[in-house]
Amino acid sequence: MGSLMDISKIRADFPVLDQQVNGSPLIYFDNAATTQKPKTVIDALSHYYQFDNANIHRGLHTLAERATTAYELTRTKVRDFLHAPSSDQIIFTSGTTAGINLVAQTFGRSTFKAGDKILISNLEHHSNIVPWQMIAQETGAIIEVIPVDETGVLDLAAFEKQLDSRVKLVAVNHVSNAIGTINPIAKIISLAHAKGAKVLIDGAQSVAHIEIDVQALDMDFFVFSAHKLFGPTGVGILYGKRELLDAMPPYQGGGEMIKEVSFSGTTYNELPYKFEAGTPNIADVIAFGAAIDYVKSYGTGELMKQEQALLAYATDKLASIPGLRIVGTAPDKIAVISYVVEGIHPQDLGVLLDKFGVAIRTGHHCAQPLMQRYGLVGTCRVSFAFYNTTEEIDRFMVALERSIRMLG
Amino acid sequence: MAQSINDTQEELIAEFDLFEDWADKYEYLIDLGKKLPAMSEEWKTEENVIKGCQSRVWLHAEREGELVHFLADSEAVIVKGLISMLIRVLSGHTASEILAADLYFIDRIGMSQHLAQTRSNGLLAMVKQMKNYALAFSAQQ
Ligand SMILES: Cc1ncc(COP(=O)(O)O)c(C=O)c1O
Repeated sequence: MGSLMDISKIRADFPVLDQQVNGSPLIYFDNAATTQKPKTVIDALSHYYQFDNANIHRGLHTLAERATTAYELTRTKVRDFLHAPSSDQIIFTSGTTAGINLVAQTFGRSTFKAGDKILISNLEHHSNIVPWQMIAQETGAIIEVIPVDETGVLDLAAFEKQLDSRVKLVAVNHVSNAIGTINPIAKIISLAHAKGAKVLIDGAQSVAHIEIDVQALDMDFFVFSAHKLFGPTGVGILYGKRELLDAMPPYQGGGEMIKEVSFSGTTYNELPYKFEAGTPNIADVIAFGAAIDYVKSYGTGELMKQEQALLAYATDKLASIPGLRIVGTAPDKIAVISYVVEGIHPQDLGVLLDKFGVAIRTGHHCAQPLMQRYGLVGTCRVSFAFYNTTEEIDRFMVALERSIRMLG
Repeated sequence: MAQSINDTQEELIAEFDLFEDWADKYEYLIDLGKKLPAMSEEWKTEENVIKGCQSRVWLHAEREGELVHFLADSEAVIVKGLISMLIRVLSGHTASEILAADLYFIDRIGMSQHLAQTRSNGLLAMVKQMKNYALAFSAQQ
């Protein structure tokens, strides 16, 4: 595939890939849902519990010190990974969803007034829709939707028309989880800023594929989940501009987020702790540090190159199947292919492919408004990571064609 | 006198025993799905939709004297195959027989994976809904 990466060595880093499912070697094509974890991440997790487990920031003892240092080290790694100006703008959450809710409930609640507009796109995941609907209902703000064309590309001309002085926030994903479109976020951000609107970028589907520089892109808010970047579940990141984070009221109250508590009044801790109430997910945050190290050892660009080759290879093969239609044909895509087969329900294909050991996703992909836009109940979705191979795609094609014959 | 619920279960187990590999079993299941008589549109109401399924599944029940009859349909053919077996096993029995039924055939024909909650293809939900109908009918008696 014209790459310098040694695929068998890479696959050996991911123990889960080496197994039989329903009597066939596992083919894991559901990476957009969650990526698999390299052994270094799994080891970091178990090392922490075996040797370092302690609560952080409060204890004076050696284990507490070790755990705190390791936890804070991940924050610095994330800062570097995102090219953020400082680590106190890196807030640990439990995931993308939690990050968006945090921004909605703090920034949104303190800023939105009746009649203000929130622009989201037709490509969004439910977690970048529902939190805005909830806060809109509370504040009287109005949600408007940036339209998407037949191929899955956002209509920027329409977006420019929608942008007026009433728009307080634009919340869009960097990459669509359902159909893979890479959105022109640099353009979206500069257009929004020109009208005085802030922008939240949902990076759940981009961080593992596209190098992120929050400063170069002038991002206001950027959120993602560690589990889609080869890290553990239950960890997410919210990056925000300092002046925005400083101005935002705290989210949840509790330990860690306070400076001083008395019954006559409480003063809040500074960034990032102001937004990190309670004992955090220490073990998974630490293990996430190992995931970032792993990705950096190759470089996001290198991973993307590998995946783009898989995308081109599979798109070609799939296009040759009669009755199969690829949903989402934007020129810029990550390695996600959504498709439907005439006369066959996606669920039936999902069930049979699983019997062949192939893990794909079927359904609406938590993007029902996008499915409605295309008049579909759902699609089949394959999503590749750099550890997938063209041989796997070949075997998947055999299984797919056999499944279609069985159902036809 | 119709055959008992367990007789039908044994019959299905014997039929599936004829197949050696999973693909043949699924081809048979798909065939059963395709042969399930189409449900008339009047029963495909929002009320009859079983929630929690990835494909839409409709289930309707009617009473004829003591006996309960089921009608069902789905957009997905494998689900239809599963429903068609449930109907074959449970339809035409009394509410109390349906309520007491232990559907062991699902496991014995190698389809127990469809009972898992995560499958969200609603086999579990279908069985529950069929029993709910039986319960409602027996309460009316
Ligand atoms: C684009 C996008 N946004 C948000 C989410 C939600 O992420 P999480 O469930 O990790 O909070 C996902 C996950 O599928 C996603 O793909």
